Amino acid sequence: MSQGVNMIGLYVRDQDEALTFYVEKLGFRVHTDARNGDYRWLTVQHPDQPSFQLGLCMPESPMLDAATAQTLREIVAKGAMPPLVLAVDDCRAAYEQMRARGVEFTQEPVARFGSVDAGFRDPSGNGWKLIEARR
Amino acid sequence: MSQDPELLRRLLRAKDRMDAASHEEWPVRRLARVTGVSEAHFARSFKEAFGVPPHRYLLTRRIGRAMALLRDTELSITEIAFQTGWGSLGTFGRTFRDITGESPGAIRARERAATHELVLVPACFVSAAHRPDLTIAVSEKRRLSDSGTKGSEETEVS
Repeated sequence: MSQGVNMIGLYVRDQDEALTFYVEKLGFRVHTDARNGDYRWLTVQHPDQPSFQLGLCMPESPMLDAATAQTLREIVAKGAMPPLVLAVDDCRAAYEQMRARGVEFTQEPVARFGSVDAGFRDPSGNGWKLIEARR
Repeated sequence: MSQDPELLRRLLRAKDRMDAASHEEWPVRRLARVTGVSEAHFARSFKEAFGVPPHRYLLTRRIGRAMALLRDTELSITEIAFQTGWGSLGTFGRTFRDITGESPGAIRARERAATHELVLVPACFVSAAHRPDLTIAVSEKRRLSDSGTKGSEETEVS
């Protein structure tokens, strides 16, 4: 695929912490980790999804003024950013594995509407749903 | 007013815990412990962060869950009242009407009559979209509607 959405950025409170979380606890890979002075462009990728990158971005200058950056940090920490969904083959197995790695779950797996879903948050407060892919 | 993002993240944890087990009792003491702050600090900062006092937030979650159960299951209204954390059917029915403006039975009948195309939306988002919006205290709402013939029987923890 050469056309389509290939990167979406998430706001995180700390890039090192986010990198550790997405790589070590969720099994993502680093795609790009480039620095320019204080600025760091960091993206990760799901191992099965080479055409898509998740950007781990800081709400900070030079992109934003200090007051806007502070507001965004508060919004992220309140869990008010839009929902994210991670599709897995087996929700209960993924839940057990991720929980053992220390992922903060907000909802245990529940079977409903012909699938199984659970909920977790990244350290910054971004909320993810873990949903078993329908086969 | 600006709040410390680190504190907000811990307040979010208390809110998540209520979401995960809204049928349980969540006194401020228990929530403050989850967040790691004093009770007074918790109540004040939760309201500032999320716009409603913690107890009122819990009530909206319980009523939201009850609405989903009325819609999606065959459970009796009594069963739903106990499953969603109410000690008595009377309190459940009264709070339900105060928040939604209708009785549980009426909502069930109306939801059953309507066709739903919600299956493609993850259930959690559906439940967030259907959560009742409680912007004033239940006791206040009650006062406004029934011109104060009898006093409120519940005290809201703010």
